[in-house]
Amino acid sequence: MIDAPLSAVSFAPLAVALPIFGAALAFILRRHKRSQRLVTIGFLVITLLLEIWMLATVWDGGTYSITLGGWAPPFGISMVVDGFSAFMLVVSSVVSLAVLLYATSQGMADGDEDGPVSVFHPAYLILVAGVSNAFLAGDLFNLYVGFEILLTASYVLLTLGGTNERIQAGTTYVVVSVASSVLFLIAIAMIYAATGTVNMADLAVKLPEISAGTQMVLHVMLLVAFGIKAAVFPLSFWLPDSYPTAPAPVTAVFAGLLTKVGVYAIIRTETLLFPGGDFSTLLMVAAGLTMLVGILGAVAQTDIKRMLSFTLTSHIGFLIFGIALGSQLGMSATIYYVAHHIVVQTSLFLVVGLIERRAGTSNIDRLGSLARLSPILAVLFFIPGMNLGGIPPFSGFLGKLGLVQGGAELGSPLAWTLIGVSLLTSLLTLLAIARVWNRAFWRRAEDATDPDPLLLVGVEAARGATYDIVADEPASRYSDRGNTALLPNGMVAMTAALVAVGLALTIFAGPLFAFSDRAAAEIINSGNYIEAVLGSTSQEAR
Amino acid sequence: MSTNVTLLIVMGVLFAVGIYLLLERSMTRVLLGIVLLGNGVNLLLLSTAGARGKAPIYEPGIDPGDYTDPLPQALTLTAIVITFAVTAFMLGIIYRSWVLSSADTVEDDDEDLRVGQQSPFDFEEDSPIPEDTSEFDGDEDTQATTKNPGEARA
Repeated sequence: MIDAPLSAVSFAPLAVALPIFGAALAFILRRHKRSQRLVTIGFLVITLLLEIWMLATVWDGGTYSITLGGWAPPFGISMVVDGFSAFMLVVSSVVSLAVLLYATSQGMADGDEDGPVSVFHPAYLILVAGVSNAFLAGDLFNLYVGFEILLTASYVLLTLGGTNERIQAGTTYVVVSVASSVLFLIAIAMIYAATGTVNMADLAVKLPEISAGTQMVLHVMLLVAFGIKAAVFPLSFWLPDSYPTAPAPVTAVFAGLLTKVGVYAIIRTETLLFPGGDFSTLLMVAAGLTMLVGILGAVAQTDIKRMLSFTLTSHIGFLIFGIALGSQLGMSATIYYVAHHIVVQTSLFLVVGLIERRAGTSNIDRLGSLARLSPILAVLFFIPGMNLGGIPPFSGFLGKLGLVQGGAELGSPLAWTLIGVSLLTSLLTLLAIARVWNRAFWRRAEDATDPDPLLLVGVEAARGATYDIVADEPASRYSDRGNTALLPNGMVAMTAALVAVGLALTIFAGPLFAFSDRAAAEIINSGNYIEAVLGSTSQEAR
Repeated sequence: MSTNVTLLIVMGVLFAVGIYLLLERSMTRVLLGIVLLGNGVNLLLLSTAGARGKAPIYEPGIDPGDYTDPLPQALTLTAIVITFAVTAFMLGIIYRSWVLSSADTVEDDDEDLRVGQQSPFDFEEDSPIPEDTSEFDGDEDTQATTKNPGEARA
């Protein structure tokens, strides 16, 4: 181990420790809502600043490793910071901060007396800690622990409030997640039995030495375990059943982060543990099917949240496609696309949360007139919607362009098929978005079946933006809210901020693509990673 | 390296029973399946340490090969704690489900059933377009449709 001079990277463990500490503090303060909110936001802001500092350190390249507790690498636990992991950390923290502020604003608008809001903040911070731990882990078992931290927090967040449908959805989610975790743990045990180490850099050196058959078994087990978490077809059916029932901010942060942690793990498996692309054909087929099956599911849905959950699984296929290409161009486009997808998918779910507040439902059969009633909502939906569909100036188009270029560079018949499938998927995504747009925004509410009364009252009345305009409506949805704002400024501002981040990905696409190129070059050449963790002595083993 | 065959057989039985229970509809049985699977994995982790040896506490003069491998024990402990947390949470879910609906079964997803049963004909998208949709002719068709709901919009 090389004792690196003190730099931002030396503080990397704080990206995990700070949110956990903040969670403990937020739990102690559960009776003081104001201070709890301040603590949660404060800790997340500090974590984000730290991660930005780390990203600035590795922006021009370089892989750094931190050894926890001073135990030498193959035995001790290491954390690894390279361009890719620092970038993922920053993107995930930006998104989680925006969603946290959105949720806080929602809680404040609703008077946050109802529901176990006091559990939300600590569980949210623990989720962030788990995500950071998974991104930083230089050790398979630490990766497993990171997964478990974020999953356990997500169980709590998904079943928040404990209504019947959330419990039902939560059951599916918990059982599937536990099954994937068991598979992952079995894989870790078998890898340890085969090689005697769980350190990823050490594994990268030792795995090629064991027999090809054993390697294949271990590789497949890891891919299946991560494939469930990343929602890759045919392991993706749990996702659209479980995500849409959660509260809007929770769905948004899950959609943005959780599946991407699975994708991150797949990328590390394919570049570091088992480089060489033994399964690239399998991955390509899985990617194509993920895209197609997911988007066909999306087109069939009438609930916007479910539709977005299907587009979420569908677009995971693009990422897997980029990974399967195995080239630097493919990997670089994947890194860019991950960032794009996290931001866009999260902002769309936040917008749907706003639509639900404004219109009382997210079922497109019952929606209408939204473009007239709330133009800001229309703009906020339109931009990320077009972005998701990959319409030219936006980042979705740039990411897809990179993937298509990568596919064309490879040039095999399968790659060309995948290019065709990805274009078809983009087109169908556009169709799904256009269906929502036509019905919810352009159609008049009078033409909808059983429209919500909120949509039928005039613009002037709704501009009062209170629920008491429909006080005679018997639905309990209104009576327990009382006089709450339809579209609280904080929620709209946070959604707009995230949409702006999505636009920034387009505007700064040049430097970002240059960066993702460097990061991709770094992770494809696994020698950097191994040298950073084990020191230069083990270089000749490669 | 020699391994304990009894442990391996017990582990196999735990996995088989655990997977069987995981496929049941009753959530309590699913939970039992998860517990058994968790313990099966713990045994697997433990057996990766190889044959048993001395406790892994450093004493001068003992050959390193005689110690048992401490790392799988650490991994097992962590895995036990995680299984414990998940079990507690599942029990909470099962209790909540019992309170809400006096049942602890895993239900089919309503929305999936609805999408599966819906007619391929969609009124908005598939119905034939009325002959004249132009708004420029000033004909009574378009005026009639815009007029009567117009009051609501104010």
